[in-house]
Amino acid sequence: MPRNPSLQNAPNLDEWIVFEADGRLTVRSGKVDIGQHVSTAVATIAAEELDIDPARIDVPIAITGIAPNEGITSGSMSMETSGEAVRRAAATARRHLLGLAAEALEADAGALQVNDGLVRVADSNKTISYWELMEAKAFAIEVDEDIDLKSPDQFKYMGIKTVAREMRDIVTGGHMFVHDMVWPDMLHARLVRPPHYWAKLKSIDEGAGGRLRDQGLQLVVNGSFIAVAGPDEWAAVKAAERLAGEVRWNMGDGLKAADVFDSLLDNPRLSFPVVNGVPQEDDVPPLGNPPAGAALTLAAHYERPYTMHGAIAPSSAAAIFEAGKLTVWTHSQGIYLLRLSMADALGLEPADVTLHHALGSGCYGHNGADDVALDAALIAREIPGQHILVKWTRDDEHAWEPYSPAMAMRLRASIDDDGKIMDWSHESYSDTHVMRPRPGANRAGAARLLAMRMVENPLPAPVPEPAMGFHIGIHRNLDPLYDFPERRLVKNLVRELPLRTSAMRTLGAYANVFAIESFMDELAEAAGADPVAFRLDHLSDARGRDCLEAAAKALRGDATDPPEGRGWGFGFARYKNVQAYAAVGIELEVTDAADVKLHRAVIAADAGQVVDPDGLAAQMEGGLIQAASWALYEEVTYDQDGITSRDWDTYPIMRFDNIPDIEVILMQRPNAPFLGAGEASSGPAGAAIANAVYNAAGIRMRRLPLTPDAIRSAAMA
Amino acid sequence: MGANYPMVAYTLRVNGKRHELDTDPAKPLIYVLRGELGLTGPKIGCALEQCAACAVLVDGEHTLSCNRAASEFEGAEITTIEGLAEDAIGARIQAAFMAENAAQCGYCTPGIIVAVASLLKSNAGPSDADISDALADHLCRCGSHNRVLRAVRGAISGGQADAA
Repeated sequence: MPRNPSLQNAPNLDEWIVFEADGRLTVRSGKVDIGQHVSTAVATIAAEELDIDPARIDVPIAITGIAPNEGITSGSMSMETSGEAVRRAAATARRHLLGLAAEALEADAGALQVNDGLVRVADSNKTISYWELMEAKAFAIEVDEDIDLKSPDQFKYMGIKTVAREMRDIVTGGHMFVHDMVWPDMLHARLVRPPHYWAKLKSIDEGAGGRLRDQGLQLVVNGSFIAVAGPDEWAAVKAAERLAGEVRWNMGDGLKAADVFDSLLDNPRLSFPVVNGVPQEDDVPPLGNPPAGAALTLAAHYERPYTMHGAIAPSSAAAIFEAGKLTVWTHSQGIYLLRLSMADALGLEPADVTLHHALGSGCYGHNGADDVALDAALIAREIPGQHILVKWTRDDEHAWEPYSPAMAMRLRASIDDDGKIMDWSHESYSDTHVMRPRPGANRAGAARLLAMRMVENPLPAPVPEPAMGFHIGIHRNLDPLYDFPERRLVKNLVRELPLRTSAMRTLGAYANVFAIESFMDELAEAAGADPVAFRLDHLSDARGRDCLEAAAKALRGDATDPPEGRGWGFGFARYKNVQAYAAVGIELEVTDAADVKLHRAVIAADAGQVVDPDGLAAQMEGGLIQAASWALYEEVTYDQDGITSRDWDTYPIMRFDNIPDIEVILMQRPNAPFLGAGEASSGPAGAAIANAVYNAAGIRMRRLPLTPDAIRSAAMA
Repeated sequence: MGANYPMVAYTLRVNGKRHELDTDPAKPLIYVLRGELGLTGPKIGCALEQCAACAVLVDGEHTLSCNRAASEFEGAEITTIEGLAEDAIGARIQAAFMAENAAQCGYCTPGIIVAVASLLKSNAGPSDADISDALADHLCRCGSHNRVLRAVRGAISGGQADAA
């Protein structure tokens, strides 16, 4: 049984690599492009191990039943699973092909050289191509997981800057998103959503349906799920807007509007001690008195509000229902799991449901992508035989996506006379981060799709169960990488909170690292130590130390203090304690108006062997910029009547006027295993900003976001 | 269907071509570009003039197309991201964005490139503040901003090298 989960699901070489009759190579990955350019990295890896020009390689978009089932494109796992699998598949294919070539050319396999798929016997004119060797036949062998890989000194493609495959289409307007798809018979659909989660349809004005029919539009009503569809997009938009004014709702109790940070501590919860990144089914040990001999003990409480994915494109999907079979085009991150969940929701056999991945805008986790796929299917079922393209509006996206949960972190630590941490306690309180549709108890796959709460005979909103795996959800990066002699780590899954939540980039790691790394600075100051030196004093992990030292050197140079009026701050973590390392340094100022102005950022990262250095740097930079946006601007707001942050004015995000100069330093680790990197810089970046605000202005901010109002209030407190 | 709406006939010039149209007079430009004309480069991100994914050039000016009626633009010269490849400045900006991998998902990119084209057409040597102002309306969620800024500077120096 292979160790790599992707190879467990797809052990056969033919599932990964196909030499096409037209002289091209198809490399299949079950991971999907969501803006991270993973197909560029996959093609680079295959090109390297096979010695084929990457331009000759196609990485097709994933379709259920064709692409290898690689679960969800999430958790920064694509390179560690798909990337490593493709590397071994390509190396297995090369060995197999060189065996065939040795026979065909009557040469010793050791004497063969490959250049762009053409095998040549050294110092001779005897050649044969991979395609001639394959004769369009199958390999019919398994991928050898333990195969020898190419040595880094022979790399031609890996580790070298490349332009991402999609860039030409992106810059010329030809990059086709699901939103852009067209079929001759296609109907555009828009939804009329209730005011909030708990409102139910009371009535629709008489005459609305008739008017819509007269206008060539169709009305779909299924319980409280309401949609309008028609051939002209603008007509559907206008009709949905008008219909929204003709629908009356039973409002129910509305949203629970109590302060969520009170609710996080007061509501019912399930609590687990966490050991080595894994929650234990044991009683939580009480927080005892500080250890004897403690020179000082600090306690602090950090908070992070609900935040949203905020995709620039509202979620969209297309579907057609014909002869009992459903076909869907979706920007879901997990088409195989969504297929099972949708089949359950619709009462279909999974074999009768086909999902094509289609491009969406960046999603950064579980946003409305899966929900809108079911919306499209529900409409398509009522209007069979025609393609239905449904788009959420900006208001739908802001008000209905599953948010990243609000979190509270309570920390306490003691240090001894030598400035060493003696014990460490960290309790995190949060709603679930794990609500992607996937089959499970109580029809979990279907129940986690939004429309199932609205349809006739609805499924109840799912009650979150604790995720008990390694570094998942609330306890992701709860366990610091530092060498503390004692640590008490507690995961608290809090129930009965107001908003729908699920996975957003880093899950709990962003808030946990914000708390840990803010607290490390508070302890360093209490110990009279430099914040970087204090971290290094507690970090024996050599690769982590290299990152921290590199970031500190890049930010501070030989200076001991930041430029006048500015502050420096650092943050560090290794994602899930087993993936990429990132140390972030920030230089910023806090203006007289209490605006935080970012000037410089440095990121020192170690992601193992680098495949696509510019793509990796882009992930680091994007993770930092998005994290800075979360830290400075973002908070989902709501009251009893529903979500109140329903557009970009009420939910502001980072803009071009506050982008720091960013330097990325990538550690060179030839042939070390790939380490997932897409989420590594975000936690350290948030903490580094809070620490730099303290360094610049002397104000310790323990609740995000760091808005001017919040900074002014903290300054007066 | 058409008979149930008041319709208006007008012409639009888009990317150098003339189009005869007959639509709801209130239909915003973005829906006409994407629907009637099949130009799906400009994107709908909010339809509230808050994100600028829908930006196009109207007589060279940066213009948001998601709310203003297409019929208002009769007589103007409209350029979308698709049309910019035919334009020396547009093509130079597109090349600079490619060289810097200045996009992740690419949904906001057409609007951003249009904004940069509008800037560089009126000012061959903009300052960093000018660039930031030109992009002030534009949202990007992937965090490609620093690469976009680098690409813009690359396009500016490329243009100055060409002019020298």
